[in-house]
Amino acid sequence: MKPDMSVNLAGIPLRNPVMTASGTFGYGQEFAEYVNLESIGAFVTKGLSLKPRSGNPTPRIVETPGGMLNAIGLQNVGIEAFIAKKVPFLRTVNTPAIANFFGNTVDEYAELARRLDDIPEVAALEVNISCPNVKQGGIVFGTDPDCAATVVKACRAATTKALIVKLSPNVTDVVVMARACEDAGADCLSLINTLTGMAIDLNRRRPVLANITGGFSGPAIKPIALRMVWQVAQAVKVPIIGIGGIMTASDALEFILAGATAIQVGTASFINPGAAQEIAEEMEAWLVANGVADIKSLIGALEV
Amino acid sequence: MQFTAMILSNAEVSPGYWRMRLTAPQEFASARPGQFVMVRVAGAIDPLLRRPFGIFDVGIHTPAQSGAVAQPYFEMLYRVVGKGTALLATLHETDLLDILGPLGKGFNLGTADEEKLIVGGGVGLAPLYLLARELVQQSTVRLFAGGRTRDDILCITEFERLGVECYTATEDGSLGEQGLVTEALIRRLDALKGRATIYACGPHGMLNAVATIAADRSIPCQVSLEGYMACGVGACLGCVAPGQGHSTETPDFRCVCTDGPVFESGELKWRD
Ligand SMILES: Cc1cc2nc3c(=O)[nH]c(=O)nc-3n(C[C@H](O)[C@H](O)[C@H](O)COP(=O)(O)OP(=O)(O)OC[C@H]3O[C@@H](n4cnc5c(N)ncnc54)[C@H](O)[C@@H]3O)c2cc1C
Ligand SMILES: Cc1cc2nc3c(=O)[nH]c(=O)nc-3n(C[C@H](O)[C@H](O)[C@H](O)COP(=O)(O)O)c2cc1C
Ligand code: FES
Repeated sequence: MKPDMSVNLAGIPLRNPVMTASGTFGYGQEFAEYVNLESIGAFVTKGLSLKPRSGNPTPRIVETPGGMLNAIGLQNVGIEAFIAKKVPFLRTVNTPAIANFFGNTVDEYAELARRLDDIPEVAALEVNISCPNVKQGGIVFGTDPDCAATVVKACRAATTKALIVKLSPNVTDVVVMARACEDAGADCLSLINTLTGMAIDLNRRRPVLANITGGFSGPAIKPIALRMVWQVAQAVKVPIIGIGGIMTASDALEFILAGATAIQVGTASFINPGAAQEIAEEMEAWLVANGVADIKSLIGALEV
Repeated sequence: MQFTAMILSNAEVSPGYWRMRLTAPQEFASARPGQFVMVRVAGAIDPLLRRPFGIFDVGIHTPAQSGAVAQPYFEMLYRVVGKGTALLATLHETDLLDILGPLGKGFNLGTADEEKLIVGGGVGLAPLYLLARELVQQSTVRLFAGGRTRDDILCITEFERLGVECYTATEDGSLGEQGLVTEALIRRLDALKGRATIYACGPHGMLNAVATIAADRSIPCQVSLEGYMACGVGACLGCVAPGQGHSTETPDFRCVCTDGPVFESGELKWRD
C-alpha cells in the first residue's frame, strides 16, 4: 500500500516533507528541467531583500572535504523584480512556494514581510535572521535572542501567512534562540543555516574567499544540524524543518526521527539537480520497505 | 540535460593533459561551440561538487561492423590540476560518469566574410576546436596557440587538419616563437585587410591582453571565461564575473554559467 507522505507545516499541507533550501534552488525555474516540481513538498526562493543586491566579489565559493564554503553576499533580484519576473512562474506550479527574505534593519524585515504578504503565490515566509543589524553595530540578528525576537515580532505583525524563522547555528545555545523566536510568534522554525567557516590558500598565504569567511554547508555539517534539530525539538512546540547536509533519503529520515516535520535539501541540488525528487521517492520506498504507513508517525520518534 | 555517459577512451595527449571521449544522447549533437558540461567526478562525496569542462568535440561514431548502431559521443580535453581531474585521469573505457549539459551560451559564429582569429592558451584550446570546426566551413580561420612550454600546446595537428593556419608561441621557446602568442596576433591584425573577429579562451591574463588588443583596434572579440562553479545552472551565484560598468558603488555581476561562459569582451570589466 502507498504510504501517506503528507505532512502539515504550520497550516500548509505538503504532499511530502521534502523541500529545497534557500539559495540552492534559484527561484524554482532554474531546476524545472531536472526536477518535477510537483513531486516535492515545497520549494524556497533565494533570499530576497527590498533592493536588488549584487553580492560579494569573487571567489565566492570553495570546496572543502565533504562540504563547501560560500560567500555569495545574498545576491538577489530584489522584491520588485521578484514580483515582476519570478512570481508568474510560481503561479504555474502546483506546489507551495516559500519566500525567504532578509533585511539589515527591523523596519526592512517588516516591510518585506508586508510586501510578501500581498503575494497570493507565496504560501509562507521564511525569514533569514543570519544577517547583520546595521543599526546595532552589525550584530547578527540571529545570534542575540532579544534582537531575533524583535525581528520576529515585527514580521509577525506584518503578515498573516505562516512565518518560518530560519535559525543560525553560529550561537552558543540554539535552544535559547529557538525559544525566543517561538515566543515572538514564529509558526515554524527551520534549521540550520550555514556555519561560518574559512579556507586558506597556503601557497598564496591568503584566504581563498574574497570575503575571507563564508558559510559552510554540505554533508560535513549533518551531525551538527541533526544535533541542533534534536535539541530544539525537545524545547519547542512549533514544527521544525531540518536542514544541513541532507544528501539521501536516510539523511532526511534521520532528521524526521530527530523531530523535524519537514526537511530542506540544499547543497545536494548542486551535485545532483534532481536530488530533492529522488530523496522524496526514496523516502517513500523506505516507508514501504519498513512497513510504515504514515510518515507522520516517524516525526520525533527517535528512541533514546 | 542530465545523463550517464560511458567512457569510450581516455588518454594522455601531452604530459598532464588528457583527452576523454564519452557516449552522449542523440540530442547532445546540437551542442554549440563554447558550451560546457558539469561532470560528477565521483559517485561519493569527495570530490563533492561537479567540475566544469568545455566541450572539445562532438560527433557520431559509426562502427565498422554492419548492423552496429551509430554512437553519438563528445570529447573533453582536460588538464590535471587537482583532486577531481587527477581522478578523471584514472578512469578507463566502460567506466560511467554523470554529466550535466550542454550548458551555457556558446560562441556567436558571426558572418562568413571576415577572418576568424582564434586565440588559445594551454587547456583554453579545449572549447576552441569545435568552434574552429564550424568556422572553417565559411571563413578563413587562424589559430594562435600559446603556452609555457611545448607540452602546453595541444592538438595542433587536429586544427591543421581542419585547414586552420596555426601560429604557436611558447614562453621558453620550445615550440614556435619565443614569447607570448599575442605578439603574433598583433602582427596579423596589423596586416589585416578586411574585417575580423577574435575568439579567445585561456588564462585570465591572456584574455585581458587579447581584450585590450581588440578594444584598441575596435575589433569584435568574444572570450570564454572560467569561474568557480557549484551548480552550472544559475542557482548558486558562485561563478559571477564583473560586467563592464561594475564598481563597488554600482555592482554589476554576470553569471558565467548562464549568461556565459562566452561574453563579448566589451561587456566585461577587465581591470579593477
Ligand atoms: C566553463 C568552464 C570550462 C572549463 N573547461 C575546462 C576544460 O575544457 N579543460 C580543463 O582542463 N579545465 C577546464 N575548466 C577548469 C576546470 O573546471 C578545473 O580545472 C577543475 O574544476 C579543477 O578540478 P580539480 O578537482 O582537479 O581541482 P581542485 O582540487 O578543485 O583545484 C585545483 C586548482 O584548480 C583551481 N580551480 C579549481 N576549480 C577551478 C575553476 N572552476 N576555475 C579555475 N580554477 C579552478 C583551484 O583554485 C586550485 O588551485 C573549466 C572551467 C570552467 C568554469
Ligand atoms: C550557495 C548558497 C547560498 C545560500 N543562500 C541562502 C539564502 O539566501 N538564504 C538563506 O536563508 N540560506 C541560504 N543558504 C543556506 C541554505 O539554505 C542551507 O541552510 C544550508 O546550505 C545548509 O544546508 P545544506 O547543507 O543542505 O546545503 C545558502 C547556501 C548556499 C550553499
Ligand atoms: S555555477 Fe552556480 S550560478 Fe553559475
